Amino acid sequence: MNGVHDMGGMDGFGKVEPEPNEPMFHEEWESRVLAMVRAMGAAGAFNIDTSRFYRETLPPHVYLSSSYYKKWFLGLEEMLIEKGYLTREEVAAGHAMQPGKALKHGKFDLGQVERIMVRGKFARPAPAPAKFNVGDRVRAKNIHPTTHTRLPRYVRGHVGIVELNHGCHVFPDSAAMERGENPQWLYTVVFEGRDLWGADGDPTLKVSIDAFEPYLDPA
Amino acid sequence: MSHDHDHHHDHDHSELSETELRVRALETILTEKGYVEPAALDAIIQAYETKIGPHNGARVVAKAWTDPAFKQALLEDGSKAIGTLGHVSRVGDHLVVVENTPERHNMVVCTLCSCYPWEMLGLPPVWYKAAPYRSRAVKDPRGVLADFDVSLPKDMEIRVWDSTAETRFLVLPMRPAGTEGWSEEQLAELVTRDSMIGTGFPKAPGAPS
Repeated sequence: MNGVHDMGGMDGFGKVEPEPNEPMFHEEWESRVLAMVRAMGAAGAFNIDTSRFYRETLPPHVYLSSSYYKKWFLGLEEMLIEKGYLTREEVAAGHAMQPGKALKHGKFDLGQVERIMVRGKFARPAPAPAKFNVGDRVRAKNIHPTTHTRLPRYVRGHVGIVELNHGCHVFPDSAAMERGENPQWLYTVVFEGRDLWGADGDPTLKVSIDAFEPYLDPA
Repeated sequence: MSHDHDHHHDHDHSELSETELRVRALETILTEKGYVEPAALDAIIQAYETKIGPHNGARVVAKAWTDPAFKQALLEDGSKAIGTLGHVSRVGDHLVVVENTPERHNMVVCTLCSCYPWEMLGLPPVWYKAAPYRSRAVKDPRGVLADFDVSLPKDMEIRVWDSTAETRFLVLPMRPAGTEGWSEEQLAELVTRDSMIGTGFPKAPGAPS
């Protein structure tokens, strides 16, 4: 979706401001939100792409004015309500009012913490041969799905070169909408900065994205 | 856990912020419905606070600086090479290590959200996840580097890796001059988190830490 989350190349957000002390969490609740998101995801309530989609669908003014973990919290709450794990009445009351819905992987308890400290695997067997080879010229499709996609706006319509082939991976555009993993070939595609940003752009700049095969046409 | 903020909510629940109240309510509901065990949430937080962090990435970089065979393997398949190091074994699939050279500087961003190699670098800093970095890194990386007081030679290629899938990227910075004969442990002390994102350089030998 063409949401405010798709920020590459936007102007006006100001300087990058590193913090001198950089606490891991600025408030205790942030750590609880992080843990709840990890736990409910691991328990099977949603996948990573779905959780991203719920954050992206926050109203633009909310997205832009909320801190990072606030966005995580708002996305989590809405996602769990929509998927039937809790109700708006329960959220309003601050307590459970009916039994829980079964989780795909069961309750998240202490015994499961260790496994979520290792990154998940997203590689999948290939359903078909790769369409593109390293070195091929490809054009990012000019598509504007209203659902989740990982093709950033700033590369759409532009030609780049396939630099790496990462094999087949879960396709976020399908997975986020719970339409299955639909594995697709994944490539690193590199673009010239001036192709993206025009003749005034930095001539020394190259930018790559990781693009799933359905995002690309031969060029 | 940081407790240096000057709130006084522990004495009077009415002073909890709206967000704190909502987060607490959600945790209560998830617990009451039998979805999560609060102790498991505590354990997740503790693991992030103690086990992951840039010390993992620093050891990988230092090894690559001292062991050419490891470096080669690392650049060929980051996850596999790191998997051979017993003490840094938590990396998952598809970590791609990109090497800085005198001709090319690499920098990593996630313009769409906050993708970041947690296992190697810990949780990302606020600036990495915020709009200024995400918006500008792909268009004006030299301007972003200036915000970090970093400047590159004018003719040096700058390559920005936008992390738009589950692949994760780690920058292998150049080994600082004047470190000949240093041990891996000594070298790891010079490797900063930002140097592995591409928004900084390793510390110079003898620089104050």
